[in-house]
Amino acid sequence: MRYLPHTKEDIETMLKVAGVSSIDDLFLSIPDDLKTKDGIDIPEGLSEWELDTHMEELASANIASKNYKYFIGAGSYDHYIPAIIPYLISRSEFMTAYTPYQPEVSQGTLQGIYEFQTMITQLLGMDVATASHYDCGTALAEAALIALKKNKKSNKIAVSALTHPSHRQIIQTYISPSGYEIVEIPYTKEGLTDINALKDMDDIAGIAIQSPNFFGNIEDLKTFKVVADEKKILFITSFTEALAYGLLKNPGSFGADLVAGEGQSLGISKSFGGPGLGLLAGTKKQMRNLPGRYIGKTKDANGKEGFVLTLATREQHIKREKASSNICSNNGLNAMVAAMYLATVGKIGIREIAQQNHDKAMYLKKTLEKAGFESVFDTPFFNEFILKAPAGFKQKRIGLIKNKYIFAGICLDPFYPELKGHYLFCATETVSKNDIDQLAKEVQ
Amino acid sequence: MKEMSDLNLPADVKYTKDHEWAKLSGDIVTIGINDYAQDQLGEVVFVELPEIGDTFSQGDEFGSVESVKAVSEIYIPISGEIVEINEGLEDAPELVNTDCYNDGWLIKVKPENTSEMDNLMDKPAYLDMLKG
Amino acid sequence: MIQQPGTSGLVLNEALLWDKSRDGRCAISLPKQDVDRATLDDSLTGDIPDLPQLSELDVVRHYTRLSQWNFGVDTGMYPLGSCTMKYNPKTNEVQAARKGFAEAHPLAGDEFSQGSLKLMYNLERYLAELTGFEAVTLQPAAGAHGELTGMLMMHAYFAKKGKQRSKIIIPDTAHGTNPASAALCGFEPINVKSGPDGILDPETIAAVMDEDTAGIMVTNPNTLGLFESNIKKIADIVHSKGGLVYGDGANMNAIMGIVKPGEIGIDVLHLNLHKTFSTPHGGGGPGSGPVAVGKRLEPFLPVPRVVKELDSYKFITDCPETIGKIHTFYGHFGIMVRAYAYILSMGAKGLLDTSRLAVLSANYIKESLKGTLNLPYDRPCMHECVFNDEIQQKNHITTVDMAKRLLDYGFHPPTIYFPLVVHGAFMVEPTESESKEDIDQFIDAVKAIAKEAKEDPEKLRKAPFLTKVTRLDEVTAARKPCLKG
Repeated sequence: MRYLPHTKEDIETMLKVAGVSSIDDLFLSIPDDLKTKDGIDIPEGLSEWELDTHMEELASANIASKNYKYFIGAGSYDHYIPAIIPYLISRSEFMTAYTPYQPEVSQGTLQGIYEFQTMITQLLGMDVATASHYDCGTALAEAALIALKKNKKSNKIAVSALTHPSHRQIIQTYISPSGYEIVEIPYTKEGLTDINALKDMDDIAGIAIQSPNFFGNIEDLKTFKVVADEKKILFITSFTEALAYGLLKNPGSFGADLVAGEGQSLGISKSFGGPGLGLLAGTKKQMRNLPGRYIGKTKDANGKEGFVLTLATREQHIKREKASSNICSNNGLNAMVAAMYLATVGKIGIREIAQQNHDKAMYLKKTLEKAGFESVFDTPFFNEFILKAPAGFKQKRIGLIKNKYIFAGICLDPFYPELKGHYLFCATETVSKNDIDQLAKEVQ
Repeated sequence: MKEMSDLNLPADVKYTKDHEWAKLSGDIVTIGINDYAQDQLGEVVFVELPEIGDTFSQGDEFGSVESVKAVSEIYIPISGEIVEINEGLEDAPELVNTDCYNDGWLIKVKPENTSEMDNLMDKPAYLDMLKG
Repeated sequence: MIQQPGTSGLVLNEALLWDKSRDGRCAISLPKQDVDRATLDDSLTGDIPDLPQLSELDVVRHYTRLSQWNFGVDTGMYPLGSCTMKYNPKTNEVQAARKGFAEAHPLAGDEFSQGSLKLMYNLERYLAELTGFEAVTLQPAAGAHGELTGMLMMHAYFAKKGKQRSKIIIPDTAHGTNPASAALCGFEPINVKSGPDGILDPETIAAVMDEDTAGIMVTNPNTLGLFESNIKKIADIVHSKGGLVYGDGANMNAIMGIVKPGEIGIDVLHLNLHKTFSTPHGGGGPGSGPVAVGKRLEPFLPVPRVVKELDSYKFITDCPETIGKIHTFYGHFGIMVRAYAYILSMGAKGLLDTSRLAVLSANYIKESLKGTLNLPYDRPCMHECVFNDEIQQKNHITTVDMAKRLLDYGFHPPTIYFPLVVHGAFMVEPTESESKEDIDQFIDAVKAIAKEAKEDPEKLRKAPFLTKVTRLDEVTAARKPCLKG
């Protein structure tokens, strides 16, 4: 097998040095009754060529193997990925390197992630950003735990009902063993989190609001900050579409203490939902409370500038059971991709692409409304919005997927049963005016 | 690491088994970590201190001292209320290494019961403990 | 002496992105505007983020140069104990990049995602078969995440029994994520010492196991590279008091096809796809930490679960006792594709050979270097062996000095200062990927360094010399953190 270089001669020599006559002898420390009797029931190894055939067949059983137009988001977005990104990230010095614990031979990863941290703080208007987490949901759960642990009086965290349903579930899973609870903040008929309901909540340790929210609407984060300050609790914001902050006022400008986000839109393919990129940022005050890795700038013994993992005493390998989180790895390679993407789009690109996302979504909404969809909210949105579908759309939608290579909206029923027949639509820079006009024609 | 004979252990302070020192002056007790502790830890990068007004019982954990690769919890030698913390350590944590008994002090406490100082070790007793 | 890989060479400096930035440059091809501009209200519009402005070549050169400062498995031997830095097959990258996988939207619907679902179903089956368990979840995004999942399931199990437990036994050889994960679920770690032979003694466990203890977290083989031969007895002791045994499967590379953790008393086990199953480390991630369980803990697995009905596959969420969700969608699918491709490429015999050769190589190194470096546990090891700097300390040379000097020789150092039970630990895991020639070069390099430790210790203390930067000031980095530019 081409991944196993040992020849017969190699094995003979190594056995001799190891002082045994066969490899079996090296397993004598394992009692016989613990050794498996059955062997492994896994098929015989495939050649590279058989593997290609098998995997091509599997991949083709996903309709994404064809060219589709995606008018869906809900936490996973279709964006253009420039050719240089897969090209650069496939460099094996990035891909096959380990965590940069030996900084002298890891300056590439270290400078790359330092630049990532910097650009994320610029995007979000925050003081510090970690070297990344698994996804927005887990980053948000970590932020919730920070707020809960800091506040000695309450064991409840207020989370908007318009935070991504999966994220709310993750927070619930993470916090329940410690006896903490979520209090859901309901939403208004404007499709926004109900600030008045929040004002009435007394016994809460923190507030978490997603903006743009799951419906795509832009929350008035300023008002939530006021409430958080009055109650003297942490204000956490989150987002699933990172490109929104190429256009919208960033969470830092609203005084967010902690920001959790999803960075998949920054050059990372959808890949059936993972791996994505969890972002976590905070104010200077929160720096030592954030879990996860940090890269810091320093000098070497000769005075040369360099980068190194720092503030490691927060982490599990030092604090062990006293660590605030158990996180070990980050999504390092994807953080590099995001950095490459941000460097590639730059100041000019990020604004233009974000603006185009908004333009397309506005045009899509108008066009679908003309085609018989009903407007639901009159609230500003970024690149996602809700519409009520005309009768018969459910069937039409399946037909569009099967025959027209179009994914038109995600049905809200499973997430918000009170909104039957409502669909969450998304338009990014990847759909053209023609595509939108074509969709409208199909659904009329 | 220093040899035991090189350790700087003033005679006019009391010591704990966790290598803190405490000095009663008037009705305030000043507390820090001693030369053995700072030497073992290596270069201090950060000190986590409680807030003014916090209260502790003798032996409670009241903070931690961090080097690059280790964290050491610190335990309060005497019960009482925190009346002052050494804010200078935020910008210059290295003071704990260079001047642990003076500029490197950690907290000042208003003791609940000054007789608790009798439970602490004097220099000879502390040295015995180290040697043993 | 064998010629060593490390040599000098020209490497280029590269500025920070914002220092290269010039107003007006843009490296992306901007899509053409074909609908009207829709201006968002001023009150909602933010300032443009002050990202750098670069040309396409600026970006390409930037990252090309950065990559040249890095050392990866493709560059040279990376004998990091407990990390299993094996070769990352390139065909796996081809498979993960297939359009049908890379562009799959997680909410496309079961009917339209049969490829992904079938892959996940099959991967679950293979991992279950390999580990001797009934059911698997692929949702955890990393090993530590898998540990948390396991702890959450144990917590849910005791909650269902009506009596929660507050403690869990953790051996002194455990990885830091073990106690951290346990603490997150409200289990207080009870630390126990391994015996003088480096493995756990059933009596030590019996002394602390009671009905308020959730169980034990064991790594087997343990982080000293030794097989915990008393595991069955230990599992019995834990089970007799109603507890559960959590297995940290990070060291699975030593026992594939030889031992199935599910058959030796383990109740729940996590695996690291980025270790045993060849997916790339990526400079720190993404990884994937599937969890395998027996029937007892199956009801608590995260949702959704993949099921097969006749010839098609679907997700189900109707699992009333599930712990819920730990990832927004289904886990790191892209990593699953790579691990799946690896398992298919190796087959049963290939996986068994992998473990056998990994163990052979580790023992070869152990015997070759004992005497040069101190070997605290002089017994046959599994896939990794632990030395320390006891011999070199006589010349005031420490493990880190030797590690830094190894960089000049062209090797990534082994894992240092872990496990904590060995003072000055130097843990070597060659994996099955390294050829005998590369291993011999490594052995030679370590011997040369040991010689330098005696004859020219100052050289080691100042090492490395050939890398882009030498030892960095981690103290200032921690005292005055500069986390952004």
